[in-house]
Amino acid sequence: MFHICLLMFSPQNYPLYIRSVPSQNELKFHYTVHTSLDVVEEKVSAVGKSLADQRELYLGLLYPTEDYKVYGYVTNSKVKFVIVVDSSNTSLRDNEIRSMFRKLHNSFTDVMCNPFYNPGDPIQSKAFNGIVSGMMVQTG
Amino acid sequence: MMQDFLKSRHPITELCGATRLGHFGRSQFYIALKLIAIAQSGLPLRVESLNSVKDLPLPRFVVGKNEAEARHAALYQDADSQGLYPAPGTALIPRPPGRGHQNKKGPPSSTSLPAHEVIQPLAPSIEAQPEPTSPVISPHQSPPTSPHSWRKHKRQHSGGNADRQQVVAAAGAVWTQFREPQTGPVTGDGMWSSHSPPPPLPPSQESWVSFTADTPPSSTLPAMHPSSVQESTTIRTVASAATTNEIQRQSSGYDDPWKITDEQRQYYINQFKTIQPDLTGLIPGSAAKEFFTKSKLPILELSHIWELSDFDKDGALTLDEFCAAFHLVVARKNGYDLPEKLPESLMPKLIDLDDSAEVPEPAAEVGYSASPVEVTPNKSPSMPSLNQAWPEMNQSNEQWETFSERSSSSQTLTQFDSNIAPADPDTAIVHPVPIRMTPSKIHMQEMELKRTGSDHNHPTSPLLAKPPELSEETKLPPSMKFVAANTVGDGYSSSDSFTSDQEPITRQRSQSGASPEALKVVAPPPPPPRPQQSHSRSSSLDMNRTFAAPAAPGQPQPSAIAFPPAVPPRPLPTQSSVPLTGHRVEAEGVPAGGAVLTTTSPQQIPQQPNFADFSQFQAFAASEQPSSLPDIDKHSEAGQADKISEGAGPLRAVKSDGPADERTSATVNSAKGSSGPLAPPPKPVRRRLKSEDELRPEDEQIGPQKAGAIAAPLTSQPSIPRSIGKDKKAIQASIRRNKETNTVLARLNSELQQQLKDLLEERISLEVQLEQLRPFSHL
Repeated sequence: MFHICLLMFSPQNYPLYIRSVPSQNELKFHYTVHTSLDVVEEKVSAVGKSLADQRELYLGLLYPTEDYKVYGYVTNSKVKFVIVVDSSNTSLRDNEIRSMFRKLHNSFTDVMCNPFYNPGDPIQSKAFNGIVSGMMVQTG
Repeated sequence: MMQDFLKSRHPITELCGATRLGHFGRSQFYIALKLIAIAQSGLPLRVESLNSVKDLPLPRFVVGKNEAEARHAALYQDADSQGLYPAPGTALIPRPPGRGHQNKKGPPSSTSLPAHEVIQPLAPSIEAQPEPTSPVISPHQSPPTSPHSWRKHKRQHSGGNADRQQVVAAAGAVWTQFREPQTGPVTGDGMWSSHSPPPPLPPSQESWVSFTADTPPSSTLPAMHPSSVQESTTIRTVASAATTNEIQRQSSGYDDPWKITDEQRQYYINQFKTIQPDLTGLIPGSAAKEFFTKSKLPILELSHIWELSDFDKDGALTLDEFCAAFHLVVARKNGYDLPEKLPESLMPKLIDLDDSAEVPEPAAEVGYSASPVEVTPNKSPSMPSLNQAWPEMNQSNEQWETFSERSSSSQTLTQFDSNIAPADPDTAIVHPVPIRMTPSKIHMQEMELKRTGSDHNHPTSPLLAKPPELSEETKLPPSMKFVAANTVGDGYSSSDSFTSDQEPITRQRSQSGASPEALKVVAPPPPPPRPQQSHSRSSSLDMNRTFAAPAAPGQPQPSAIAFPPAVPPRPLPTQSSVPLTGHRVEAEGVPAGGAVLTTTSPQQIPQQPNFADFSQFQAFAASEQPSSLPDIDKHSEAGQADKISEGAGPLRAVKSDGPADERTSATVNSAKGSSGPLAPPPKPVRRRLKSEDELRPEDEQIGPQKAGAIAAPLTSQPSIPRSIGKDKKAIQASIRRNKETNTVLARLNSELQQQLKDLLEERISLEVQLEQLRPFSHL
């Protein structure tokens, strides 16, 4: 079964949402993702003009053994999405990752629209969870 | 249970109409209850009193009726019923089927507030009633004339009094809760206290019964009472609708737990107005948040409710959304679990593409602060499907249109190709030769015909020389290509008479068919009318073809065809040629109107002033070919419009004899050489001559026709072609220019059309892909 993990970080880099399939590997994913955050930060800060860069493909963090691919995505408000997938999951193409990010962004936008949601709170929206689960099932 | 009552022919029964119906419908039941209350209070039993008396004391019934009535009440889930049944009535208060009944605090009494009207009088009684140990036995006085049968039933059920009591108590609790939302503390909140009861509870005797098993809510009742009393007044004010009507409505909606009753909706609307006076406007997220926070629900639940109710995901609530949210809050407060999806009855009805478009705007206007900066316009996932569906549908329509267009255009293209076949050798535009398969064949045939018929086809050696330039497109004999090449006019080298002759012909074709192709290959340089060029003999052949293909009179047609392309001012020829070639017309119609000669050339010919000359020439040619040649040349040079020349060419070709053609061609060549500026005009003319010559053998029949046709214009003009020609030089030049421009534009147009179609196809494919991907987004 493919491993896939999705994490969302606030602009202050604390996690807003963590989800992984299967669930038991979350810790490993966390480590991977935290290291990838550094790269994300670097990219975000470095490229001043491309703040609206929809997507960054981060393939650098490929452990020779673990063989993960980490993709990053930064929204306009510096909310970061990170997806970690197995490299063995070759079915996931770049554009698929892009579409996943796009969907995530849309769902996140809907969550943000909820006046009862405070930015920075962990996301507990059921709709959001549903969408993420669907994505994971679909890709996993 | 009511059977007895029905049969009793009790006046009440009659009044409420049950007798009429033969059964106690919901409304009848309520009316009956109300009448009972009226009767019990000693008021005259009148139908009017139903509406007039608002302060009826709740009818008091003997306990016995509890169960049956409770069931009914449960069914009705009506406050009325609840109200009507003081103690037992309370038992009737329907409890939420299975949900929240643990929540003693307030099994949602689904009855609407208006029903409370009747209950009003009950309030005090109920308060008192729960306390008694046997609250069921509320009637402090036995109903005077009221349903004895009821009493019987009550007595029958008295066995279950214990339960009833609980039920009653619970019902009372429910009922009181009815007045006040579950959260007792909320009583202070006028808004909430007056909040209408939760959605009608689905009738569920089982759950209701199970409710009885629950701990008697009586304990809660006392707490309720004070607040309920307080709120009774407020409720009263709120619930003012006619009870009967409400009862009916409620009865209709009880099967849908999420349906909003009218009174509820009215209540919601009133609340909406307090925040947003404009009922068509939106409530910003922040205001809605404050409002619903008052309900004391957990933020998480409120968040979920918001997710459910904000249908268009714009961060603001329309009236429908607000009602749905309010309804959900009420339900939640009454113990209902929040659904995972918005129930259908709560779906905003206003959602459609227009609204979705509008909603974001008002939302923006409202400026809800809750929306984060990063809110992107691509919200409203509910819309995308619709939005996408429509564009897809539109696209599909476009696709169809496109296809149809394409198919047609392709046909035209083919024809164009044939016409265009010989691109300007100068422009080196290699028009899609393959497209012209058909025409090429025809050309070939014509070529062969011409070959058989004429040798002078070849004399267009210069033409032959040119063909290589053009050739790719047309596999026609080089002469033909040459002709085509020259069509453009730019290519009108004075080199060959053929080209000149062919030009008009080719021009016709090129104009018609070349445009799309030419545009594709080269925008600016209009490809020469290859088809015409292709017939150095092809010109004539084309003529033949154009003529022959469409109609029997091939020869006259070719000449006719030749005419149109030559003259912009002669749109008719092109049009007429359409029938001949079918495609040609289209092709040529685009560019210079005169591209295609109509078979019915006679009519067109006269339009072309030059035709007159040609006709004259032809006449001359026919009569004296050798002499006519120079005349012809002169004429052509004189400035016969290209089209004219083209038109004349075929005519001449038709008419002139072979040798005459040759001569004419020769002369034309010379003439061409001499008349640089006039090159274009003469060329078509010469081409025509040639074609005529070539066609002659074949089109002898046509010749006379053409001659006649030509004669007509000729006759119309003075017999001094030369002078006229000179005058017309300028005209012809301008005409030629216009023609070329038209050709270019036509080609551009066709090419762009083709590109457009390609893009549409791509778009369609992308849509399909998007559609395939979309299912994921619905997850």
